[in-house]
Formats: sequence, structure tokens, C-alpha cells
Amino acid sequence: MLRVENLGKCYQVSHLPHRNTVTLRDAIVDTAKSIVKRKPRVRSEAFWALDGVSFTIDQGERVGIIGRNGAGKSTLLKILSRITEPTRGRVEVWGRVASLLEVGTGFHPELSGRENIYLNGAILGMNRSEITRKFDEIVEFAEVERFLDTPVKRYSSGMYVRLAFAVAAHLEPEILIVDEVLAVGDVQFQKKCLNKMEDVGKEGRTVLFVSHNMQTIRALCDRGIVLESGSVAFNGEVQQAIEVYSEHSYQLMSEIPLLERRDRTGSGRVKVSSFRVLDTAEREVETLKSGLDYDFEFGYVNDSGKPLDNVIVSFAVLDDQGQTILLLRTNFTDSNVTLNSDAGVVRCRLNNLPLANGTYRLPIYFAYRESEVLDYIQDAVSIVVEGGDFFGTGQMGLPKKCKLLTKAEWRSL
Amino acid sequence: MQRSPKPRFVIEPGRTEQQYWRDLWQYRELFYFLSWRDILVRYKQTAIGIAWAIIRPFLTMIVFTVIFSNLANLPTQGGAPYPILVLAALLPWQFFASSLAQTSNSLVSNANLISKIYFPRLIVPTSAIVVNFVDFLVSGLLLLALMIWYQYVPSWRIITLPFFTLMAAMAAFGFGLWFASIYVRFRDVAQVIPFVIQLGQYVSPVGYSIEIIPERWRLLYSLNPMVGVIDGFRWAILDDDRALYLPGFVLALVIILLFVWTGIYYFRGVERTFADII
Repeated sequence: MLRVENLGKCYQVSHLPHRNTVTLRDAIVDTAKSIVKRKPRVRSEAFWALDGVSFTIDQGERVGIIGRNGAGKSTLLKILSRITEPTRGRVEVWGRVASLLEVGTGFHPELSGRENIYLNGAILGMNRSEITRKFDEIVEFAEVERFLDTPVKRYSSGMYVRLAFAVAAHLEPEILIVDEVLAVGDVQFQKKCLNKMEDVGKEGRTVLFVSHNMQTIRALCDRGIVLESGSVAFNGEVQQAIEVYSEHSYQLMSEIPLLERRDRTGSGRVKVSSFRVLDTAEREVETLKSGLDYDFEFGYVNDSGKPLDNVIVSFAVLDDQGQTILLLRTNFTDSNVTLNSDAGVVRCRLNNLPLANGTYRLPIYFAYRESEVLDYIQDAVSIVVEGGDFFGTGQMGLPKKCKLLTKAEWRSL
Repeated sequence: MQRSPKPRFVIEPGRTEQQYWRDLWQYRELFYFLSWRDILVRYKQTAIGIAWAIIRPFLTMIVFTVIFSNLANLPTQGGAPYPILVLAALLPWQFFASSLAQTSNSLVSNANLISKIYFPRLIVPTSAIVVNFVDFLVSGLLLLALMIWYQYVPSWRIITLPFFTLMAAMAAFGFGLWFASIYVRFRDVAQVIPFVIQLGQYVSPVGYSIEIIPERWRLLYSLNPMVGVIDGFRWAILDDDRALYLPGFVLALVIILLFVWTGIYYFRGVERTFADII
């Protein structure tokens, strides 16, 4: 149904001498310099987002594409959905392809729900009779009957997402390409979407699915392809693929210093440079114990040359399935921080660590006010929790099934 | 389903060319829906809606008539009332100008679609013209009303009007394709377009008759293809014995076709990279 042969995509990445030319004056000075020196101002460098990717997918297979940020997942999907052309290689496709790279592409805020169903349907490749036939089903699925004639700009974000997904879920292509779009909407609706997707797979359609959530991948797919810096690192049974992926993740997290990681997004004005966990005596610890108090320390370098106030620092704790167990943000507690003009550290005190034994991954995120993402690394670091005596009973052998611990009192009445 | 030996389509560098026109036909529904969307959205949340399509040319017509006829004392063509002379040029000019502005903008304003969905990109600038064509038809009612008011009966030549309308549309399409493709990479185009349109209005015979241009300069003047289009409109609408200025007409036709042809050629050449640089 789909054969990919030696696919490659090359982007020209430009390097400006000053990475962030912020002011007009800088821009003028730069231009003037480049004219005087007669050197091209922009040096560009070839960057292969995909290189030598080959695989075959048969009809009815449900394949999960796994990989970290910058591994080439989106580029692959964009090539398969014909949005962008490959630089080399070849893809052969048997069947009609529909791709869902974003929920609600082409939704127009001024148009009503009814009008948007038609518009979005057409954009996703349905024809008019097909949309008319499925109209009621879509409306019912989205649960927006009462607001059909209201402009979608007046919809709540939940309703908007539901409607958008409902249209997409009723596509009937032979090959469906889905980017991480299920991570929207409330939990119940997500479940509904998952069920719908499972049905799609059962009807013998081919599904290509990208997600960071390993549990979703496991539930939906029978095969997994792991992409790593533009090449296929593993292609096979889904469970194995997930294991390969997490192994590689931990390897990456332990081997490459934070400052040199390339799988990051954000403006880069501030970068996370180090991570440590300290105990109450300020000693660095390797493994953590449940129930104790720790300082999580994030080092950063600030390239903007001036102190930044009102910076949001955030990190999450993800289990080995990619589920978020905890999320900590400075703006939850109105404790946004001010960063030094060159470098420094931010510490977060976590008392009575509620994590059960296991290995956890931590994404780290810095943002300037609400407006600018400074730095974000998805699987930045990992921590290991082992052998803690959370309840103070001397029992170490806590069940592995749960991730969060909390003190409780039991009574028999 | 048995895998047929021949794939439905193949993705390769440079491959899109071969399926292009077939794709364009397959995506005609999307073309229809995008035009429909733009028509619906155009006058949403306005108090008087599509009446704007009448008010704009109406007020411009009054101003032009006062300035060029009453103040500057420019002559009309044949026996036509000056407002009709102005309107016969204003309709194609405004159609051209707003089509040009919107085609040029169309790719960038649909950036989210272009970076997320595949379709032949030519659909986007084309549908921008359709939207303005609807406006053009509505403002045509103004001309009709004006003719009734002056009890002015056009000659048989009025039936050639669709042809000149098509010329205006093609002119906007040709220039628009160039601007739109360049706009994707260089946002400077946003500064250029309003300027071009404003300037164009002065170098096109919108407020005055082509007759006032001295004979020897007329061919040079006709290098602006809208001169030929507007002259054609006046010839079709006004009932006088003035013949169509043929060299100007042919020149306009050639220039327009040249721009449409090279525009499509250039557009198709760069369209593959739109999603990467938009």
C-alpha cells in the first residue's frame, strides 16, 4: 500500500553571524558590514532532516512512527501527504491518502459550525455528497447540535476541537496519516477518538500514526518505526519499538550534555545547561527515594545579555509510558523567576517526593512571560526513584504498578 | 484488496509535474469550497454587507465626475454622460485592482492550509478572483441603474462585455501569480501592491477618456494592459461611433497572455517549495 525507498529531505539552514538580530540598528550594521567585507551575510548549511529512509507498509497495517523532536517525523509525514517534496528517493502509494496533521486546518472562525463541516471536509478531501451523507453522524459525534449555526469563533475551545476532530474522524481514505492530534480535548473525548481510530484500523484501512504517548501507540498500532536523526533506527513489532525508543532516550539523556542537545525548540535566548538533584544537605544524588525532600536544580545560560524577569520555568515528570505524572510550573504558584544576565540556576524544592519506584523522564521548559518559549527539551533528563520508604514503615517493596504515592489513614468502622 | 501493480501515485523529486492537471481537476470541489468560503466571509459582521460592492464604485464615480468633468473640464466620449463614462472604466478597474490585491495575498493568507494540506496551489489565487467577480457582478447593477436613470441605450456591442471582463480577470491573474509566488519568499510585496494599484489608477484611463492622450503617445500608454481592457469596456458600453483603438487592444491581449503564461510557469516552478518557506 505504501513503499518508501531511500527517502531524503534536505533543508538549507542559514546561520547568521548574529543569531538574534533584534534591533533595526543591528540589522543595518550587519548589512553594511557584509557589503564592505563582500561576504555573503547568510551562510547556509545543508541539513538532512531525513536521510535514506526505507520501509514498506501493507494494507490494513497500523503503524506508529516514534521519535523525538527533530527526528524527522513531521518531515516524513509532510512528504507522505505531498505537502513538501523529497530531495531524493521515491514513495509509491496505492490508495487514497488523507492526512490529518493538525486538527481544524482551514476552519474559518467567522463561519458557522455547519459551514465549517463542509469546508473542512472539502479541505480534507471529501466531496460534497460524502459530507452530506455523513453530516448527521459528524454532528452527533462532535456533540454540537445546538450550536450548528453559531460562528465557530464563539465556540469554546473544547467544542471547536470536538467538531474539528469529528470531521476528520469520518474520513474514509484507504490510508490515513495522523500527526499528534489526539492530545487535544478532554479525556472522555480523547477516548472516543481513540475508539474511532481503532474502528478505522479494523475496517482494513492503513493508518500511520505519530504520537509521543507510548500508551496510545501501543493501543492503536501493531507495528512501530523508530526514527532517529532522520533515519530508521528500528522497524518492527510495536512493543519492541517502544522499548528501543525508550532505551535510546535514556542513552541520549545520559550521554549528551544538555547544552549540546539538538532536539530542542524555542527561541534559544536562554538555554537549559545542567540539571542536578540535591538532597537537603545540598549533596548531589544519583537515585532518589520516595518520601524525602529534594531540590531540583536547573542551570541555564542567558544569551540575551540582560536579566529577564517574569520567566516561567516548568518541568514535568513522565513515566516510562510517556504519561505525565506530575507537572510543575512557576506560574501555578505565582512564583515566576528573574534570570541573571549571563548564567545561573533555578531551584525547585519538592518536599516528600510522591513518586513510586521507577524511572522517569523530565521535559524541561523555559518561557519568557506568556509570549516566548525560550527553550524546551522534551526528554531532557531522567531520574530514577528506588528504595524509598515513603510511609515510614520500613517496607521497601512497594508495588510497581502505581506511580504516585500519598499518605492515607485507614479506619475500620 | 489486491495490490495493483501500478501505484496510485508516486512521490519523487520533481514528480508533481506529471499529475498536475489531473490533480487540479480532482480538487475542483476544494476550489469551489474555498471560493464559497471567501464569498461568505467577505461581508460577515458588516452592517450593510454586499451593499459595499455598490457604494464603493458609486462614491468613487461621483468624486471622479466632479473632479475630471466639472473641475478639470475634460471631455466625455461621444454623447455619453460623464458618470457613465467613469463607471464603464471603474467597474473593470476595481475588479482588476481588488483581484490583484487578493491573488497576491492569497498564498500567504492561506499559509496554514498550505503548510498542512496538499492540493494544487493554483487553486488559491484562482479562487481569489472568483470572489471579486461576484462583487463585480453586483456593482454591475449600478451601471444598469445609471443607464436607466439617463435613459441611455447601449449598442449591440454590449454583448462583447464578457470577453473584456475575462481580459480584466486574466490580467489580475497573471500579475497576481507573479506577486503571490514572490510574496511567499519576500514580504516586501505587501508594500509594493497598494503602491502599484494606486499608481495604476492614474496611468489607466479611469477618470478620463483615452481620447485626451495625444495620438503619438497612445501606443506607449497602451503598454499598461488595463488601458486596452478599459478602452474595450467603454467601446462595448458607450454608444458612439468611435472605433476600438486596435493597436492598444492587441498589445493588451499579448501582454496579458504573456503574463498569465509566464506566471503559471513560474508559479509551478516554485510552488513545491512554498510549504518549506512560507
